[in-house]
Amino acid sequence: MNNNSNDHQFEFYGEGLPDVDLSELIGRLIVIEGTDGVGRSTQVSMLKPWLESNGHAVLDTGMTRSELAGSGIKKAKEGHTLGPVALALYYATDFADRLENQMIPALRAGFIVLTDRYIYSLIARAIVRGADPDWIKSVYGLALKPDAIFYLRASVYDLIPRVLRQPSGFDYWESGMDQHLGDDRFDSFVEYQTRITGVFDSMIDQYGFEVLDASHSIDWIYKELQHRVGRMLREH
Amino acid sequence: MQIYGEHNFPGKLFIVEGIDGSGKSTQLSLLQQWLKREGYMVFFSEWNSSPLVKETTSRGKKKQMLTPATFSLIHATDLADRIERHIIPPLKAGAIVLADRYIYTAFARDTVRGVDAGWVRHLYRFAVKPTMAFYFRVPLEISLKRILGGRAGLKYYEAGMDLDLDDDIEQSFRLFQSRIKERYEGMVDEFGLTVIDATRPIEEQQDEVRALVERQLRDVPKLPIRIEDLEED
Repeated sequence: MNNNSNDHQFEFYGEGLPDVDLSELIGRLIVIEGTDGVGRSTQVSMLKPWLESNGHAVLDTGMTRSELAGSGIKKAKEGHTLGPVALALYYATDFADRLENQMIPALRAGFIVLTDRYIYSLIARAIVRGADPDWIKSVYGLALKPDAIFYLRASVYDLIPRVLRQPSGFDYWESGMDQHLGDDRFDSFVEYQTRITGVFDSMIDQYGFEVLDASHSIDWIYKELQHRVGRMLREH
Repeated sequence: MQIYGEHNFPGKLFIVEGIDGSGKSTQLSLLQQWLKREGYMVFFSEWNSSPLVKETTSRGKKKQMLTPATFSLIHATDLADRIERHIIPPLKAGAIVLADRYIYTAFARDTVRGVDAGWVRHLYRFAVKPTMAFYFRVPLEISLKRILGGRAGLKYYEAGMDLDLDDDIEQSFRLFQSRIKERYEGMVDEFGLTVIDATRPIEEQQDEVRALVERQLRDVPKLPIRIEDLEED
């Protein structure tokens, strides 16, 4: 990754953030997206040491890890009491805090920021819960356009064995139980994840996702990601 | 999700806006007393009062970790929770909902902090459009006298200290309030705010407010709306 030339310049999706000079951001922003249980965090945990062993400094981040709003969201979710618009905006607050206090400083310092989910999961969740798509997308006009968005795509039936490997089984939120979509967590999980996947699929072209078939083995996906990330870093 | 202006509820929403020290809270509380006495169902919603969000907001403020963007978003989260929980349901039931500060406070403060004016207006599209929005207009010197005379101390964000306007907190507050006032003045026509001259005696202002509110209450019931009535529409 050489940043001697001006061939790489970040952009915001919309209005962006006040007081950020985009020309100062010299790192790279890589997003791993996909539904619950698709193996995103496994891939992030493998990519990070690989990139570091190649000499790149890496910041990994993920949702609800902000200092500001992370604990508040977790508490609100425990009670299952936030309305859909408020929940969507709480996530946006968490995202903005991480963007400004983690991602942008790291990009300024020349890090590769590797993020487990980005705005697309948040947009999908909000839309499935009835938010106006134009509204929630414009809220994320404050986000940076990533250098690459890898969308790990799996059918809901590929996800089920993975979910059942966790001791907790079908999680309340991963099953969209707040949406009253089915009689039990299994029915609800299938319906909710199918809807989320539908929204993700509808965003592929708009946001330029690179789609990876996540029904393949972890190792296959990892090799594919290494290949694509390596190429991306050489190109810029 | 319904967006600004699309809602159509049997209840009414009256909100008050104005810079600190304009007397808007006093007026709203007098209005509330009167409406209750008249036999209406009245529900009062306070700015910054959502229990689920409050903790995050006050931690962010105490530790001074809010940026213009997160300041804007956490307040939007708070209002969204209040609208979903405390404003829409009473409006559906046919109540009169009163709110001390509303989206216009956010538009004024956030844009003074450098947030994009179009973005923040879009952010609040989930909000219910008020039946009437009162703006209590007062010259800065009067409001400052009321505030700075009586209070123990100004808080960091309240005084706009995050904007680096001045090292002196009172001077910063003055500059911040004058910018907020400019934003309010700009929104009078944009949003059709009803301007009340807040330099007049409290009683006179209240008479005017009551007269304006009364005109909006012709169809407002004094008992809860029954679900069967709603479904006939």
